[in-house]
Amino acid sequence: MSAKILIVDDELSIRRLLRNTLERAGHQVIEAVDGASALAKAADERPNAVLLDLGLPDRDGLELVPLIKKLGDTIILVVSARDATDQKVAALDLGAEDYVTKPFDGEELLARLRVALRHRGISETAPKIVRKGNLEVDLDQRIARRDGVEAHLTRKEHDVLAILAASAGRVVTHQRILAAVWGGGEDSRVEYLRIVIRNLRQKLEAPGAIGSVIANELGVGYRLLTDG
Amino acid sequence: MRPEDDTRPDPEALLRQATQEGRGRFKIFLGAAPGVGKTYEMLTDGAARRRDGADVVIGVVETHGRVETEALMRGYEVIPRRSAPYEGHILHEMDLDAILERAPRLVLVDELAHTNAPGSRHPKRYQDVEELLAAGIDVYSTLNIQHIESLNDIVASFTHVRVRETVPDNILDMADIEVVDIPPDELIERLRAGKVYLPREATRALSHFFSKSNLSALRELALRRAAQAVDAQMLDHIRGLGVGGTWAGSDRIVVAVSELPGADGLVRAAKRIADALHAPWTAVYIETPRAQTFGEAEHRRLASVMTLATQLGAVVATAPASSVVAGLKAFLADARATQLIVGKSRRSRLFEFRHGSVVDRLVRETPGVAMHVLPLQTLSGRRMRLPVLKGTWGSRSGYIWTTMMITGITAIASTLFHILNLGNVALLYLLPVMAAATLFGLRTGIFAGIASSLAYNFVFLPPTGTLTVNNPENVISMLVLLGVAFVTSQLTARVRAQADMAAASARTNAALAGFLRRLTPLNDPLDLGRAICEDVARLFDLRTVLLMPDGSGLSFQAASGPKYDLETMELAAAQWAFDTGAPAGRSSGTLTASDWYFHPLRAGDKTQGVLGLASEDGGDPLRPDQLPLLTSLVDQAALALERLRLEEEMRDVDVVRTRDRLRAALLSSVSHDLRTPLTAVMAAAAELHHGVTPDLISTIESEAARLNRFVANLLDMARVEAGALNLKVEAVDLADAVAGAAHDARRALEGHALDLRVPPDLPFVRVDQQLLHHCLLNLLDNAGRYADPGTPIIIAGTHSYGMLKLSVLDEGPGLPPGREAEVFETFRRMEGSDRAVGGTGLGLAIVKAFSEAMGMSVEASNRPDMSGACFSLCFPSTLIVRDAAQGADL
Repeated sequence: MSAKILIVDDELSIRRLLRNTLERAGHQVIEAVDGASALAKAADERPNAVLLDLGLPDRDGLELVPLIKKLGDTIILVVSARDATDQKVAALDLGAEDYVTKPFDGEELLARLRVALRHRGISETAPKIVRKGNLEVDLDQRIARRDGVEAHLTRKEHDVLAILAASAGRVVTHQRILAAVWGGGEDSRVEYLRIVIRNLRQKLEAPGAIGSVIANELGVGYRLLTDG
Repeated sequence: MRPEDDTRPDPEALLRQATQEGRGRFKIFLGAAPGVGKTYEMLTDGAARRRDGADVVIGVVETHGRVETEALMRGYEVIPRRSAPYEGHILHEMDLDAILERAPRLVLVDELAHTNAPGSRHPKRYQDVEELLAAGIDVYSTLNIQHIESLNDIVASFTHVRVRETVPDNILDMADIEVVDIPPDELIERLRAGKVYLPREATRALSHFFSKSNLSALRELALRRAAQAVDAQMLDHIRGLGVGGTWAGSDRIVVAVSELPGADGLVRAAKRIADALHAPWTAVYIETPRAQTFGEAEHRRLASVMTLATQLGAVVATAPASSVVAGLKAFLADARATQLIVGKSRRSRLFEFRHGSVVDRLVRETPGVAMHVLPLQTLSGRRMRLPVLKGTWGSRSGYIWTTMMITGITAIASTLFHILNLGNVALLYLLPVMAAATLFGLRTGIFAGIASSLAYNFVFLPPTGTLTVNNPENVISMLVLLGVAFVTSQLTARVRAQADMAAASARTNAALAGFLRRLTPLNDPLDLGRAICEDVARLFDLRTVLLMPDGSGLSFQAASGPKYDLETMELAAAQWAFDTGAPAGRSSGTLTASDWYFHPLRAGDKTQGVLGLASEDGGDPLRPDQLPLLTSLVDQAALALERLRLEEEMRDVDVVRTRDRLRAALLSSVSHDLRTPLTAVMAAAAELHHGVTPDLISTIESEAARLNRFVANLLDMARVEAGALNLKVEAVDLADAVAGAAHDARRALEGHALDLRVPPDLPFVRVDQQLLHHCLLNLLDNAGRYADPGTPIIIAGTHSYGMLKLSVLDEGPGLPPGREAEVFETFRRMEGSDRAVGGTGLGLAIVKAFSEAMGMSVEASNRPDMSGACFSLCFPSTLIVRDAAQGADL
């Protein structure tokens, strides 16, 4: 799957590295060094995805997220520092698809990009079944099977799993899950969410392999890992 | 006489160094006697300053009708004097307020020793001058040598004229002194020519004063005093420069003072000796049981002697003791005194023969202390009153009881007279006499003696019914009765006085001890200030306020009651007390117009602050006999404040030292931990030019990961040090946290199997997820680094007895026994500093800092079978979430 990717970063070495990685995967790469040129390139070149560094010389990268989104149907992957969880959540809230944390792993970056692009591509043909190892989640029938055996899930567990599966491979913020499943954003419900996730893991993951299906994104949300 | 003369040292420059910034400069024209031309010289000097463009006014100048003086005053602006009505006269006093308002550069104030009219702001003119100087106005003034406090006695001793108006020596110490000098012959000539003003009524007395020998002696005194002032300023200058030297001297002088008249002369003599030796000196009063017999006059005299000593720069102390010799001996040893100054009273030979001379015994019992014995002089030449214990008049009930007892004895004796002889009857009368003397004191005892002898005489001695005595033998019986009354009452009174004194001393000690007990545990300056104010207020039933210096001047620190805003006058008195280290304000002799009495808090050479005291009703805050206790309390308070200040300094020093040590460790550690992986990466990258091998790539990857971990830790440590950990506490599933950490640390754990033993039913804990993640990452990183290759690493969660523990166990060398906890110290690397496995030891320090920030604790130990190390994060029960899902439909 080849796509046109805009890299927005003021560091030459990072741009060079990203270009290398992306071109190796068969993507077409364009570059921008600051916010202004990023907006210009995004408008002119209509990239499929933007790799956006939040620390730009001329303006806050977060401001660019809605502006780029407004220009067209572009996927935004935010590249951010390790501990800036607030920034990550804010970027996701503003419409970014996902994020990678610096220093990142080339393969990890490509995988994230792949998931995001595929998601966009199949949004018309809704996903029916999500698979991870011996786990299978059927979104239409609301059934999860482990080794072909149906797992008995409570209603809430179902709801949470469904939301994660709908965005399979991508991070889903706590707030989004809470809003969708409990219909509100009260903080205390984070504990409910954790219990549900724990129960889901016990039912879906192999013992001693915690996090092999549902990954915890610190301070941001959860990600349902998928094959491929 | 020209200050601008460059060839001689400039005393004004020296003075500037000694005085505070912002104060006016002070110059005294010192003369040996009236008529030497001080006023003339002052006016001439002032005129010179005026010609230089300075704004000079006359505050007060006495012309005494002299034409030359009046001529010199022409051209000066003269501040009109203030009229002060006093006992039918109108006195014209210098108008201090008018001068302050006029605020000239320089004001001329004649006759520094002048006493102001009653009701003036200050009793003394030199205090007016103080205020002018404090307001930043330069002052020129005139003074005769005999008005200087410490020279007062000397001058009186050879001129036989004592002046009452004196100026404390410390006033002179502030001033630049210019001696106005003319030869004695010339002065006598001027006197004959009528050019010297003398008060008419004193002419005859003063003519003796102006003898040539007197004038020569006075002149020498004046010159010496001026030289001493320059000397003192030079010493201040040298001290200010911090130049070391032997001038500090090793002498310590103690002067023993008493309530006897003439003790003030002793104190002045001590000041002269101390000045000559440049030695510190202490005035001590040894409080013996005799103090019980003091009346108001003795207390006042003692207090004024102590105040004088303070004004002259002495440290004052009071030491209770059973006798003067014993007390002095102990005090001399305590103070490590080298010289002792005592006064010798003119006691009768007989008294000395019986009691032994105090001086002789002191010489015998304090070897190693040089002794100056000075006669205690009183100018009136009055003989010393021997110390006799005076009783009080006693109570009325005492006399009634005594009368009743005597009547009773008389009745009993008359009934039994037929079986008693006269001698036995007399013995019976001893009973009421002794009883009265013991129970009701001396006077009642004597009354009993007289009444008994009268009753005995009247009723029993033939001829009975009369007061005549036939037999001389019976006269003796009467005298014996009186004598017994006197002796018994004296003994009893003495015992009682001793008991009272012991009780008073116990009260004082108890007050002091209680005070100390309250002050000792306090570590906050504000609390300490409040405790000082409250305790002193309670002990003396007063209002108190504590002022401490801040950047600009004295400011309010604490008070016994609500915050009290001091008025300008009161603040001036407080400032004076602070600057001079001597009491000021009400009943102190300085700036007495204030309601407040200000006592400096001195510890060592440093004045810590000023304690202000005022009575609730606006009267005198203290009785003279309360002064010693106050001084002791204030000394303790000053020490307590000093202790706090020193502790604070020590803490600051400690902090700096620790910071320096850490900085050094950080530098060496950082340079090592950054360079090692960088070197490896650079070398491997260079090798890539010759061909790519999987080894090179994995070297670059692992070393880069190591660098990444290190930088992350440095950032974390910086956040800890900056106190910038903004905790975001939420309920965390430990199984989840462990899985996340295991995932992120997978590279550091390469070659080790990870054995997760975290039960899925562990309760949630309330912590910051990010910080916990970093703790776990560092523990896993540490385990991966130190575990033997190929061994499994275990993460185990346990929950028992309310304590939740998450442990990381490895198999490897473990920790040095007995030093397990040291691994958490910053930059600690176990076993040497340069192990191949590397690592700064920052990681474990971060684990500890983060854990403690979240309310957790950390443990490091060896596994029970010594197969490796075990690090645990301990979550106390307060962090454990109970029943998170209670009632929820999940």
